[in-house]
Amino acid sequence: MHPVILKQVGKTYHLDAVEVPALVDINLCIHPNRFTVISGPSGSGKTTLLNLIGCIDRPDGGEVIVAGRPTQQMTDDALSDFRAHHLGFIFQNFNLLPVLSAYENVEYPLLLTRMPAQRRRERVLALLDAVGLSERAQNRPGQLSGGQRQRVAIARALAPAPQLVLADEPTANLDSNTGAAIIALMRKMQREHQVSFIFSSHDPQVLAEADDTIFLHDGRIVPAGRHDAHKEPA
Amino acid sequence: MKTFSLALRNLLRNRRRSLATLLAMIFGLDAILLFGGYSGNVIYAMQTGYVQLSGHLQIQRKDYFLYGSGNPAAYGIPDYQRIIDLVKRDPVLAPMLTVVTPKLQLGGIAGNFAAGVSKTVIANGVVVDEQNRMRLWDDYGNTSYSRPLALTGTSSDAAVIGTGVARVLQLCTALQVPNCRQAPPPPESGGNSAPPDIAALSALEKPAAPAASETRIEILAANEHGVPNVAALKVVKAENQGLKEFDDIYMGMHLVQAQRLIYGADTPQVTAIQLQLKHTSQIPAARARLEQLLAGHFKGAPLELQDYETLNPIYRQTIEFFNSVFGFIATLIGVIVLFTVSNTMSMAVVERTVEIGTLRAVGQRRAGIRRIFVSEGMLLGVCGALLGVASATLLAALINASGLTWTPPGYVYAYPLLVRVWGDWPLILGSAGGLTLVAIVSAWWPAKRAARMNIVEALRHV
Repeated sequence: MHPVILKQVGKTYHLDAVEVPALVDINLCIHPNRFTVISGPSGSGKTTLLNLIGCIDRPDGGEVIVAGRPTQQMTDDALSDFRAHHLGFIFQNFNLLPVLSAYENVEYPLLLTRMPAQRRRERVLALLDAVGLSERAQNRPGQLSGGQRQRVAIARALAPAPQLVLADEPTANLDSNTGAAIIALMRKMQREHQVSFIFSSHDPQVLAEADDTIFLHDGRIVPAGRHDAHKEPA
Repeated sequence: MKTFSLALRNLLRNRRRSLATLLAMIFGLDAILLFGGYSGNVIYAMQTGYVQLSGHLQIQRKDYFLYGSGNPAAYGIPDYQRIIDLVKRDPVLAPMLTVVTPKLQLGGIAGNFAAGVSKTVIANGVVVDEQNRMRLWDDYGNTSYSRPLALTGTSSDAAVIGTGVARVLQLCTALQVPNCRQAPPPPESGGNSAPPDIAALSALEKPAAPAASETRIEILAANEHGVPNVAALKVVKAENQGLKEFDDIYMGMHLVQAQRLIYGADTPQVTAIQLQLKHTSQIPAARARLEQLLAGHFKGAPLELQDYETLNPIYRQTIEFFNSVFGFIATLIGVIVLFTVSNTMSMAVVERTVEIGTLRAVGQRRAGIRRIFVSEGMLLGVCGALLGVASATLLAALINASGLTWTPPGYVYAYPLLVRVWGDWPLILGSAGGLTLVAIVSAWWPAKRAARMNIVEALRHV
């Protein structure tokens, strides 16, 4: 099953009286268990596309099917629950809650899914171990380096065992060595957890690691990339 | 992560701001509780005074309360001793009672004819020992400065008068009344002198100057048949009655003396039977039982019951006055707290916009976001309420121990300045609960705004 299918999706922003088309007639499907990178110049619509796939924004038209479920008709609460169970997010600025420890940050999405305490604890500890931060479980984000924070963010994204992890410029705020380590970690986790990763990035390191690449230009997909990820859905 | 734990940590993020908000709530609650405790004490003191003086309930002849002051003799209760015996023997009422005593009030003219002066008075005929027992009532632990009646241990012709009456009757010196200036002699007439023979006759008729220690007066009153009657009284003391209007007409005497004056050899009557209960809260039960008894044993008798609040309208008026001031202060402080907490929460929402977007992105529902911020407001409210109650109790204890005194309007004695906070649970729970509620309501709007944020815009917030 394709984790993401978009059919004739469009999105236009209204800035005062000016209409700015961010995405125009997008049709694509993402292959399962792959590293997919959405790339393109600034303002090409990468983040908008990621937001639509991540169900944190709604398209003006078209159909967005994520994890096999059409999302247009879902209520806000239903979308929240859907995100909690099926999607993971990694942000450019890590976006960890500063008042929570690394352990609690990873645990937070599991509380939303109402996972039993014992299972929750085992899962959090396993994920922190997997990202190499078991020793830092009780540290708050302010006590961690940028790379460590992004590792916590990766563990948090994978905590609810999602089908899809969305990462918006995950290496933009990291130096190249740390960025490379983070990409390697995400690749490892993607393989181990059998999950699809979708990035928006123009970091060459990320592009080099991609299984599929989607190029956007002025809100439209342009044919390029090593794989045919932007093919029309069947 | 429990919501309250998260809320607490978020509040501790900006300690200075949270502390400033807490202090505003604590000071506000202190003001409310201290004023409430102070006004509560005044009300209790007033109630104690009225109950000591006139009891909780009075059995009166119908309409005496409205019209009796014009002609007390026409509103007497003839079978009063039977009623008193019935009440005292009743198994339902007896356990509630401390004192049941008769009283006869009458109007008359008191004259110090040796000095050639007179004054209209309202005289109260009472059973002295029973009145003294009534003055021991103290259901609220008030330090009471009431003293036994000056009539205690005196002969039946003894009387006590207000200092205003003593002043007019020129008895200040004889009674050694402090701060009571004797009236100067009236100025000589400015008219022509009388002829010598007339002047000589006038001098012969003029009464001898009273001895400085002479305190005998006469009281003239209409008896039950409307015929004037006079009684000679010996004034044993002049006492300030607090209110000048009352002090200028007050006279107290033994009940038997008052009854002799009004009823002579006829069957004596009284204008009221005073009932003092152990506790004010027993009034409804006592009233119901009394009505039942009177209806059963004195069917058709024109009797009615009056409680101390009806007999002393200023009591209810004072409560209403304090309530309005309390309401004003509470509203003012409530509004201040509302804006303070609302401002604090609004700033928190703006500062944590990206966090809100993140939480929403990872699956937190709008209601969950709302709950986080409302919990913070509630936590602020609860902490403010607890600390406010604690500090107000401490301040009240300090004030109570300070030894300050005050004299309420219309009172003769100074009372200790007491602030009753601890133990006044309706005041504490109402104020603390109200403050917490205001804090929650204050947080509600910022919380609602946070919950309605667009996720993408929130994540983009710088």
